[in-house]
Amino acid sequence: MSFAREPLPKATAIQLFKSLYLARRSEEYIVKHYPENLMRTPMHMSMGQEFVCVGVCSALEGKADVFASYRSHAAFLAQTHDTDRFFSELYGRTSGTGEGKGGSMHLAAPDQGHILSSGVVATQIPVAVGAAFANRQLGTGRTAVVFFGDGACDAGVFWESVNVASLFKLPVLFVCEDNGYAVDTPREARQVSKSLSDAVKPFGADTYDDDSGDVESVYSLAKEAAAKAHRDRRPAFLNIKCCRYLEHVGIGTDWNWGYRDQATVEREWIARDALKTQRARLASHRVGESAIAAMEDEIDKAIQASVKRASQAPIPAPDRLQAGVFHEKA
Amino acid sequence: MRKLDYAGAIREATAQEMERDPRVFVYGIGVPTWSSIFGTTKGLPEKFGKERCFDTPISEDAMTGFGLGAAIRGLRPIHIHIRVDFMILATNQLINMVSNYTYSTGGKLKVPLVVRAVIGRGWGQGAQHSKSLFSNFTHIPGLKVIAPTTPSDMKGMLTAAIRDDNPVICFEHRWLYWAEEDVPEEPYEIPLGVGRILRPGKDVTIVGLSWMNVEARLAADILAKRGVSVEIVDPRTLAPLDEDLIVESVKRTGRCIIADCDWVDSGFSAELSARINEKCFGRLKAPVKRIGFAHTPAPTVRELENEFYPNARTVVHAVEDMLGLEAANLDGEDFFSHERRFRGPF
Repeated sequence: MSFAREPLPKATAIQLFKSLYLARRSEEYIVKHYPENLMRTPMHMSMGQEFVCVGVCSALEGKADVFASYRSHAAFLAQTHDTDRFFSELYGRTSGTGEGKGGSMHLAAPDQGHILSSGVVATQIPVAVGAAFANRQLGTGRTAVVFFGDGACDAGVFWESVNVASLFKLPVLFVCEDNGYAVDTPREARQVSKSLSDAVKPFGADTYDDDSGDVESVYSLAKEAAAKAHRDRRPAFLNIKCCRYLEHVGIGTDWNWGYRDQATVEREWIARDALKTQRARLASHRVGESAIAAMEDEIDKAIQASVKRASQAPIPAPDRLQAGVFHEKA
Repeated sequence: MRKLDYAGAIREATAQEMERDPRVFVYGIGVPTWSSIFGTTKGLPEKFGKERCFDTPISEDAMTGFGLGAAIRGLRPIHIHIRVDFMILATNQLINMVSNYTYSTGGKLKVPLVVRAVIGRGWGQGAQHSKSLFSNFTHIPGLKVIAPTTPSDMKGMLTAAIRDDNPVICFEHRWLYWAEEDVPEEPYEIPLGVGRILRPGKDVTIVGLSWMNVEARLAADILAKRGVSVEIVDPRTLAPLDEDLIVESVKRTGRCIIADCDWVDSGFSAELSARINEKCFGRLKAPVKRIGFAHTPAPTVRELENEFYPNARTVVHAVEDMLGLEAANLDGEDFFSHERRFRGPF
């Protein structure tokens, strides 16, 4: 279902568009330049799924502690909008989020609310539950949000984590980016339950299903779910259907793998691409084409500037290898 | 000074740190219950409340990730496993997550997490309740690993571990809980990464790990009666290791026996032996010798347990062997039996 009840305010619609555009164009840059072999880190592209992270992170207005999987780009950019540190990390520079030691799968900007991304399926999920506990004990008022795919719901630790969050009355937002595949294995081959939400519900979480493919729906849903989670002191499970446009890892398409049909994906998903939808929506807010183009141009220039800064930033010196295994007292 | 046992030292260090720092909390399966992890958490829920001392579902994997999340967002968790065997379920988080987030975020995340793991044999504990697994964790960069032997070391090192901004795994041999000695009442830190000479000597160095220091002490007393002077070195911290202390001792004595309470094959004793050979080559009067578990799963029946576990007898015979002495008749000696509760000596 869709949670878009009525049109969002113009400023919100614009912000969502810009955030979607930033994530999409950043990845389009990667697609174009990855073959240069200067960004030498495995990329799990968000393209097509960006509206999930953009909707949720925008709804929480910077008050989220975000935990993401290796499909980290949209989550990172939706939360931080920080293309400088993003590209610096992909290029392996000291100015990156992890001084080049983390790469695409380990983006982290805790000062901006993107706490960490993780490369092993489902490992980030319980970490979000602990963060929610810390937020409660310390009274920060922040919301722990964890993004993961439907593949992570195969893992025991997902169910353990929902149980613990419910048991401890923690308002965690468990956000399933349900693209239907674990690499190329369909959900039906992995899970008995027809509906993940039905399976999760008995664990004490409020569950929501969104198959709108629409960033405004996800935005409204996340607002509602977060408010209820804090009010009722219980976690929420957001099952958001989406489509990964590219292969599991890498910058290519995977139509030749044969596990999904290109025409079907184009008809059911790409034809109603969330970025295109949101761009069209701006017209109904009387944002003119030239104004939209100016926004796009500004973001494109920001990406170019970040890439330039990244490429000019220092590569870590050899002695950085041994540095920072342990945190030293200041 | 008053006497305190090892369990009491853990309890006192924990309570004092919880008192000092409201961010410290302690949790794990069975932690606030009557049995209170061999008494080490007794009284904490009453004193600090259920939000700072609590039980968990049997979900070691999730609860370890939970600890990581709490630690990187400002708290200082202490997670307890009543058997290290159960902590194996936590290794995805410990090895894939906890150990490397400081490094891969360029130091942006710090992980002040203490994980306490009970190790060691009890009474017919068999294959799934008696492991040590030191080397499974010392193998991983980014984890600090400690195994204090004495109550006073435990109090100071656990205090240091709780105050440390890095993940620390604390191994506690269950037979040590009853060991008693003078322990200062006020809080104090013993720095991690610093070993200790438990007994000075000149003929042979025994590097003891955890419980095996008790057995080594008994062996040293027996050997002293025959004029053999044994030096016992307790690394206390396994990672990062106080290599210099061990190397200096072995250079002085020229002989080294490593007494581990773990499997020998690919065990921590192999790491110690390799380092000693690298640093003491040319000064060794005999090859380094290692003592540890038989390379079988732990059996249950007592007669086979006695064959499986090394003890003071094993140590005495290893020293005799190394020095070319005849095996002494040990029939009159008083060896440790856990059927009598342990009261020392330290």
